[in-house]
Amino acid sequence: MASSSKAARLGEEVWKSRVDKINAEVLTLTYGTIVAQLCRDLTLPATANKTDYAAVNAELDRMGYNIGLRLIEDFLAKSNTGTCSSFRETAEVISKVGFKMFLNVVPQVTNWQGVEGKPQAFGLVFEENPLAEFVEYPDDGRAQDELWYSNILCGVIRGALEMVQMQIEAHFVTDVLRGNDTTEMRVTLVRYIEDEMPPDDE
Amino acid sequence: MHYFTITRSVVFALLIINKAGGLIFNRTFAPGLQKLDSNDYLILAGTFHGIHAISRSINPAPPEPQTQPPATHPRRPITTGIESLESSHFRLTCYQTATGVKFLLFTSPEQPNTEVVVRRCYEIFGDFVMKNPFYNLEMPVRVEKFERALAGYLVRP
Repeated sequence: MASSSKAARLGEEVWKSRVDKINAEVLTLTYGTIVAQLCRDLTLPATANKTDYAAVNAELDRMGYNIGLRLIEDFLAKSNTGTCSSFRETAEVISKVGFKMFLNVVPQVTNWQGVEGKPQAFGLVFEENPLAEFVEYPDDGRAQDELWYSNILCGVIRGALEMVQMQIEAHFVTDVLRGNDTTEMRVTLVRYIEDEMPPDDE
Repeated sequence: MHYFTITRSVVFALLIINKAGGLIFNRTFAPGLQKLDSNDYLILAGTFHGIHAISRSINPAPPEPQTQPPATHPRRPITTGIESLESSHFRLTCYQTATGVKFLLFTSPEQPNTEVVVRRCYEIFGDFVMKNPFYNLEMPVRVEKFERALAGYLVRP
């Protein structure tokens, strides 16, 4: 799996022949219901209906994380990709195989950062986002600035990569729902987790 | 002993070992192997886990890829460890996933394509165990649908 075109071909093939599909609107509406319910449930202390958007973001991330821990097995079993040889390859596989097979979108890998001394990081720019179809933010003057609607995706990636020995940090930096021109997530590699064998203590 | 009856291809048993070396699933699909008691299975799983880990580290490391970006995060080379183990009357195929789960498939030596079979078991595992919201990660697998799907795939009429 050296080149990105190879990843693209694999993603296409897995999507076509190996995964069950559902109507995209069922997913959009289900996810929308979850976010809306969280916004109703998680309120700022001592208020009845002022949503605590930071708590909503955190809860979405946590839900995603728990999904990612499990979803990675399905991903590995169906896609049959081996271990990535570099973080750059990981980025390509996430975008062209992972997102392709589960959401049928291919976010663009951009703003690659791999300079010496700095943590490796990349951006995922979503041209289309099936989760955010039909969404309009509530008109409370705060959602626009505080809610990251698709934050569950950050958690999914974090959970999934943790299971394959990569500790990463992921967050959205822009979202068209907030009035930005693009929707972009940034993924930063913190470290590879080497948990296999403790150094021998003979 | 009636070992002359085991000349066709048979899948005897499947064991699943979690990444900590604990046995989380153990099912026999065809008669032919001697019975082990459940404690022996646990010991087998733990011992195999240890030997597998050692076999991974004695593997000669593959050459470093040329196009590696600056190694800000050096990573241990990727090695698979034991993939199969054969004796006169059975073959053990081991498949370790990237997440560290091991699938041990006991088959007759005549069984072809054991790698394909074990990968399909992994797919069924992903579908029926990991997607079951009531399954706790790393814990023993008690999922009826998983067993039914496995039996449907592995038990030949």
